[in-house]
Amino acid sequence: MENISNQTKNFFLRILNIPFAFLMHAIDLIMWPIQKIIGVRNMPYIFLLPNLIFFGLFVIMPLVANFFFSLSSGDELLFAERELPTTKQYDQLFDCESYLNPNTCTEDFFWRGVYNTIFFVVFQVGLMIFFSVLTAVILNKKIIGRGFFRSVFFFPVLLSPVVVGLIWQWILLKNGAFNAIIESYGGDKVSFLTDPSWAMASVIFVSIWAHMGFYTLIVLAGLQAIPPNLYEAAEMDGTSRERIFFRITLPLLMPNLLVVFILASIKGVQTFDEIYVLTGGGPGTSTSLIVQYIFTTGFASSGSVQNFGLAAAASMVLGVVLLFLTLMQLYFSRNKESKHQEI
Amino acid sequence: MNIKFILKAISVALVSFSLTLISAVSFAATDVRIMWYGDGDKENVPIAAQIDEFNAANPDINVILDIVPYDAIMNTLPIQLAAGEGPDIARVTDLGGLNKYYADITPYVADPSYYEKSFGPFLNWYRKPGDTTSIHGFHSTMTVTGPYVNKTLFEQAGVDLLGPGATWEEWAAVSIEVAEKTGTPIPMAWDRSGHRVSGPAISMGAKYFDASGDPKLVDDGLKAMTQMLYDWHQAGTMSKDLWGSVSGSKYHAPNDWWNAAEVVFMMSGSWQIGRFANEVGDDFDWWAVPAPCGPAACTGMPGGNALLAFNANPAVGKVMDYLSSKEQLSSFIGQVLAIPGHLDLQVDYQTDDPNAKHALNTFAGAVPTIDQVAFDLQAHVDNRIMFNAIISRLGQAIVGEMTMDEAWERMDEDVEKQLKEKYGG
Repeated sequence: MENISNQTKNFFLRILNIPFAFLMHAIDLIMWPIQKIIGVRNMPYIFLLPNLIFFGLFVIMPLVANFFFSLSSGDELLFAERELPTTKQYDQLFDCESYLNPNTCTEDFFWRGVYNTIFFVVFQVGLMIFFSVLTAVILNKKIIGRGFFRSVFFFPVLLSPVVVGLIWQWILLKNGAFNAIIESYGGDKVSFLTDPSWAMASVIFVSIWAHMGFYTLIVLAGLQAIPPNLYEAAEMDGTSRERIFFRITLPLLMPNLLVVFILASIKGVQTFDEIYVLTGGGPGTSTSLIVQYIFTTGFASSGSVQNFGLAAAASMVLGVVLLFLTLMQLYFSRNKESKHQEI
Repeated sequence: MNIKFILKAISVALVSFSLTLISAVSFAATDVRIMWYGDGDKENVPIAAQIDEFNAANPDINVILDIVPYDAIMNTLPIQLAAGEGPDIARVTDLGGLNKYYADITPYVADPSYYEKSFGPFLNWYRKPGDTTSIHGFHSTMTVTGPYVNKTLFEQAGVDLLGPGATWEEWAAVSIEVAEKTGTPIPMAWDRSGHRVSGPAISMGAKYFDASGDPKLVDDGLKAMTQMLYDWHQAGTMSKDLWGSVSGSKYHAPNDWWNAAEVVFMMSGSWQIGRFANEVGDDFDWWAVPAPCGPAACTGMPGGNALLAFNANPAVGKVMDYLSSKEQLSSFIGQVLAIPGHLDLQVDYQTDDPNAKHALNTFAGAVPTIDQVAFDLQAHVDNRIMFNAIISRLGQAIVGEMTMDEAWERMDEDVEKQLKEKYGG
């Protein structure tokens, strides 16, 4: 009986094998001559080709096109109708009497974006690392509802930036929920989003709220990788908690914090959507970052000239900054790997 | 069944299939895509009904109505057009700014003289400089900028409304008085728009063009009006929370504050009538008042939106003829409570709201008082460049990023820079 069953199974497997065998033969028909021509050593490139084509089409080509746009001028979209080549856009972008005073620059909106971005990244990344470590240390302890709190802190990461912007707009508006609470306690309403002295602080706070969960997770993973016997030894020696933190936890967390620092910096430099929804870059230009400058100059000019060339030049500058940060990340992560290998 | 029979059967099947395909192609309806923005259902529902009616009566044409936000018309449409991917027709407010993309539909409309007779003065707003004959579309509604007041608040404060001839300073003073007496937080609110600032600036003597007709933005008139707006923001007559909630040249309307009766005087325009009738309802009485005066004039800015063609073919011509017909336009304008862009149109406004009726009369009555500079500015192909320069730099000055002197200098530089980018040089 079992023999018959196996025979039936084999029969069906052979039937199922027919289309695959046919397909393999068909592929062989194509691959065999190629292998014959280029040799077996070069065959991996053939398998990488489909992916490389997509990468080239959707990453490399736009990059090259962007570079050429940055070397052209005019309000037309098609290269054939644009003035090319010219360094006019870069000249305009860097034409400043004093780089420290945006009002003396031809493209003052760009330089305001640069300074706002630097301010935003420094404070957002610094505070984010601080709060991520604090939260991760707490979540690493055996507290009640630890799993629940880990989920709660991670939840905002799952939200779309537009949703984050809208939620916080409703909370922070002058007639929003937060001001209602302040008023109910007899306080005066605060223009969190429309007062220049509050707006940047508000967007930094919202940005930290939205992204902290992700970085907390990375720090938490780092904390859990620290061998517990180090803590046990320190406790046996009667080391204070602060000393344990600064002499054991923090040094061993450094590689993770470096990753958090670089990833958060890259993300911070690219920030746009949350702030655009929350404050629109205002009041004035006080929360307008570089990416918003690029977007507004190239695509949202509200009837003014859509200056694709200038937007492309600004995005090339942004690209250089991001390249530097990415190279830093690669350098440190490779450094970390080689140290691990040495150990 | 022999081989001959099988071949015959295959031939018959192939011929039938080809005939079916050919007939399907020849009877397929021509698609006409319209990109439309509207002030809510008040405008979207009537136009959708008209399109449905057209599609039912013309099975050979399939009109597709894409209802989009206003931002898409201002920012996405120009990029689509630059890439050659635009719709066949769009409802546009940057009338001259997109003129290089408009198609001449003269050969495809039933009676070109109807367009000249009915929309004559507006057709030049769409045409390229030097062109006096092309037909690109028609004015869907005409608009006039001007102020509204919360009449109920004036009555509660026991302050009389000012009549024609009152100045901007006088209106500001009574608005502050009403706000103080009634505890209203915002005496004055304006749409954040360079177009809205321009009527009052012309009233203060702004000319916008030099002797040769080229853009020259900053002069004493513009300085006077923008300084007044700056001062009102610093004094609290206007709230920084309204214009401060966005940056650059982004448009922002204070409707939420107005609807909540937190504004005494709102500077906007005739297109708000339908919205106010809908949204304010019986909450308070609102009246449109004549454009306040400056030393040079008492003018608002004309404007409006037009349905303009980006493709010229018989189907587009037929759609334009239908939507611009007296019958359809009258029905549309009557429902949306707007001022017609048609020069000879009897409109039966479908409203019992006395506020809306009063506002329609006020704005229609304001048309003859519009200053020639305002018409010239509205007709100028690069007016948006000037409007945007005003609002973005004034916005920066108001929040303290630059002085008014720096802002005026920047306004002129922005205009010059943009014109150079556009025309070379």
